[in-house]
Amino acid sequence: MAMQLTSEQQAMLDGAQGEVMAKVMRSLVMYGETFGAEKMVPVTSKYGHTVISFGIGVMKPVYDLYDQLIAAGALPKQQFSADPLPLDKNVPSNLLQDIIFKGIMYSQQKRYEEQLKKFGIMDGDAYTCACYLDEVGNRPQKGEVLSWAESSAVVYANSVLGARCNRNSGMIELMGSIAGCVPYFGLLTDDGRRADWVVEVRTEKRPEAQLLGSAVGMKVMEQVPYIKGLDRWLGTELNDENCAYLKDFGAATASNGAVGLYHIENLTPEAKEQGEGLIREGAKVYVIDDAELERVKAGYPCVWKDLGAKPKLCFIGCPHLTKGQLKDWTDKIEAALKKNGLEKVTVPTVMTAPPAIAREYANSWDGARLEKTGVILSYICPLMYMNNPLSGKMPVITCSNKLRTYTTARYYTEDEILGMITGGVR
Amino acid sequence: MARSFKGRSVVPGNCTAEALVSHGGFNTLASFQMAMMFGDKKVKCGDQNNPDLYKKPMKGKALCLPQTIGSTTGGMVLYTACATDNQPACLLFSMTIDSLAASGAILAANWTDAKMPVVDQLGDEFLSYVEDGMQITVAEDGTVTVE
Repeated sequence: MAMQLTSEQQAMLDGAQGEVMAKVMRSLVMYGETFGAEKMVPVTSKYGHTVISFGIGVMKPVYDLYDQLIAAGALPKQQFSADPLPLDKNVPSNLLQDIIFKGIMYSQQKRYEEQLKKFGIMDGDAYTCACYLDEVGNRPQKGEVLSWAESSAVVYANSVLGARCNRNSGMIELMGSIAGCVPYFGLLTDDGRRADWVVEVRTEKRPEAQLLGSAVGMKVMEQVPYIKGLDRWLGTELNDENCAYLKDFGAATASNGAVGLYHIENLTPEAKEQGEGLIREGAKVYVIDDAELERVKAGYPCVWKDLGAKPKLCFIGCPHLTKGQLKDWTDKIEAALKKNGLEKVTVPTVMTAPPAIAREYANSWDGARLEKTGVILSYICPLMYMNNPLSGKMPVITCSNKLRTYTTARYYTEDEILGMITGGVR
Repeated sequence: MARSFKGRSVVPGNCTAEALVSHGGFNTLASFQMAMMFGDKKVKCGDQNNPDLYKKPMKGKALCLPQTIGSTTGGMVLYTACATDNQPACLLFSMTIDSLAASGAILAANWTDAKMPVVDQLGDEFLSYVEDGMQITVAEDGTVTVE
């Protein structure tokens, strides 16, 4: 069925604002028609978010297209945040890596950051995948329509904040912000937000967020899960600790599968309001106990050439850590080092957080405690750091299931990582 | 013996190519990123989590898959693959196409000269039947012939 456009939208499609704007609108219309959208709806959030924060040389066609947009005056109607920057001099790298990072791999970085300024990046602190944290300021309200990309941010905005956003791809999300409208389908609709799966959590201890998310994502893929039994471990309030847990859980569902929305019984907003009324008739059931989580974890492949290699680097914070998580890690690392009679971490460790949080924390008393342990605090995107031949060959460990999925980094639970970096476990 | 499957044409076009089959979700970023980074001319799949495709060349193949999964950079990656002439010959989805793959295919169709027909809704039976190396012919109306 052809989409019904407003006269303004139709004029844009017909070229009233130039051929480039017509192509922007044509891309959005085709995108919507593919999914049966009958209309466009206005983007109502104050800010957008783009997944593209990196100027990778091989992606040059993307920046060439963006030059076309800028030249034609096809600019977003809202300011936006972007994913984390790929480079930070504080993160350990050798001379060869520096040459590859700056000279070859991110050869388009300067060009792209200039483009982002013209498009309307919020400010220099707006580079984070966790843009919805208070310190960043891009926190949409319940019911607002977004044109975002970044799988972990989209699933958080939908699930924890109750905003409405499809799992848009990079580039198309910017086009939605430029046109000021997005096609109405999928997670924007009430029906698209109903659950196709019931996930019953029957573990005997609080499940690791990124492991549980991985199991759920790999099972339900792009469908919507309604999760029962997790409130036993998290309670029923969306406090800072639970929001951080859901941030990590969601990132794993979105990267290990393609989840754009989940409901947690008695906890997330729509599950609290509508309860089991959200569940579709005939929804499939997936039971997760401790053995299932072990099975999932044991199934992760590891492509290290030497499976017994000593880790050379550890990344914690994909997606970016909250202030509370930084404090929690600081306490745990300090205590574990003290217990083991050590002062510094035994594996070079980088923790990543939004720029504003990292800066504020570094200047705090707790930040000084973290620095004493030898941990490096950065705003970098660990994924971007790992995406090159040199880093890819390094034995890097992480408690991020997202980082594991896209790179050669090896996954361990948070407790395992703590043991490994504080000399407790090899 | 040839067998035909009728799907929905998302990006219309014709092609004939050798099948490459992923029975699990196709992670676009994980699959393409290393090949594009290294300038691998065969565009070998870099997704260690995909045993069907890992290390197999993707360029010019009829990529048969259920859906794509993973990072929302997926569409941008697919667009770049098309813009640099590193794309599969066609994308054939057993399920309804997902939003990331659709974005990439639509961006490529609108903003590049690449020809990459995309057909979805071919059904589970299509993915059960098709095997690596089979010859695939895609018609404009979304008919896919496997032999």
